[in-house]
Amino acid sequence: MTRWERFLDTFFNVEVMARYLPKIAEGFVVTVELALLVVVSGLALGLLLAVVRTLRVRVLNALIVLYVDLFRALPPLVVIVLVYFGGPAAGWSPSGFVATWLSLAVVLSAFAEEIFWAGILAVPRGQWEAARSTGLGALQTLGWVVLPQAVRMTVPPLTNRTIAITKGTALGSVVAVSEILSSAQTAVSFSFNPSPLTLGAAAYLVLFIPVVMLGRWVETRFAWKR
Amino acid sequence: MLQTFFDLDIMRAALPYLLQGLWTTLLLVALVVPLGLAGGLIVALLSTSRRRSVRWPLVVYVDFFRAFPPLVLLIFIYAGLPFAGLELGAFASVAIGFFLNTSSYYGEILRAGIESVARGQMEAARSTGLTKAQAMAWVVLPQAVRNVLPDLVGNTLEVAKLTSLASVVALPELLFAARSAQSLTFNPSPIVLAALIYFVLLWPFVRLLSRLEHRTLAGR
Repeated sequence: MTRWERFLDTFFNVEVMARYLPKIAEGFVVTVELALLVVVSGLALGLLLAVVRTLRVRVLNALIVLYVDLFRALPPLVVIVLVYFGGPAAGWSPSGFVATWLSLAVVLSAFAEEIFWAGILAVPRGQWEAARSTGLGALQTLGWVVLPQAVRMTVPPLTNRTIAITKGTALGSVVAVSEILSSAQTAVSFSFNPSPLTLGAAAYLVLFIPVVMLGRWVETRFAWKR
Repeated sequence: MLQTFFDLDIMRAALPYLLQGLWTTLLLVALVVPLGLAGGLIVALLSTSRRRSVRWPLVVYVDFFRAFPPLVLLIFIYAGLPFAGLELGAFASVAIGFFLNTSSYYGEILRAGIESVARGQMEAARSTGLTKAQAMAWVVLPQAVRNVLPDLVGNTLEVAKLTSLASVVALPELLFAARSAQSLTFNPSPIVLAALIYFVLLWPFVRLLSRLEHRTLAGR
């Protein structure tokens, strides 16, 4: 065997890849499910917190700022490990999937709240006043006038942040979620060949390269006009 | 409940071990941030090239490593490359994996910064007799860095948090130390303590970042 053949046989072993493709495909589905759950619940919670913050209740705002700062400062893996290994001590044993989902959703919501809030602040005061003067209530003003403008401004930073946190689904492999990375690692230890890892890496690229390119497009499409 | 999660005896016993881990974490940050910044700067400077044959590979490099979850990259280097006879060990794997990831993020940020500086700045600087490199270093880059300062601070914060992934390949940094202590004591207090250390360490940067972000939004 030449060197090149040995390299191919090690990292692109078609036979091994074919054998473990179904496992990786199952992992792919788990990763996509986890990612969608994290994005939807994280963004919804973040928006909710930002809306609550516009009510300007002192105690609530202080709590929200503390929550946001805490989860912007903690590494996501630390949160996952704390929920997964600490939960049982409090009489609650979440599965790895639930622990990863909740942890990443909470981290995303903290970033999203901050971004939505910055967007809401950036809408000129006159917009509030004009909307209220036409007879809209405070919530109606927020929902129909302020948020549509605020959310539009927040699209580029939010997209980037969401992509970064969605990639965190790979952290689930640490707490035994059978997503792409952990399926690939299991396959490597069974086959003594790293080709499943190559396959797993390819699966991530298939999943995330379109998302990163979408992010690039969104960034120019919704860019601030300077 | 408080007794379980804030067991002071266990925390006191685990503290020296965790501080040792913290030292490794800080060492990693001190290594990866300058290397990533330097790599990112090279990527950004080359991205301003007029030649497509230079720009395209860089776009591919940046998008590739931005699409790759850092943990997958790390596992690939740490557990995959030994099959090709390349055994790097935990520290080198972490350093290389994080460098590839971090330099592409810094590169993308700095490129955006350089592009945000008006073209006339370069032209005016050139017309005063500065060379291209001088104009870049003394006129364009300082403005570029100022324009993207919040993103640079934000990414540096992300790098600090990223180092926790090194625990997965058994590099004894802060999270790894906490997890070992937790599995020895069957008590989550060491992880709570590690979380507290991370928070105390990184909170000032989160506050700084918030202020920078709000200032940029308000200034527009």
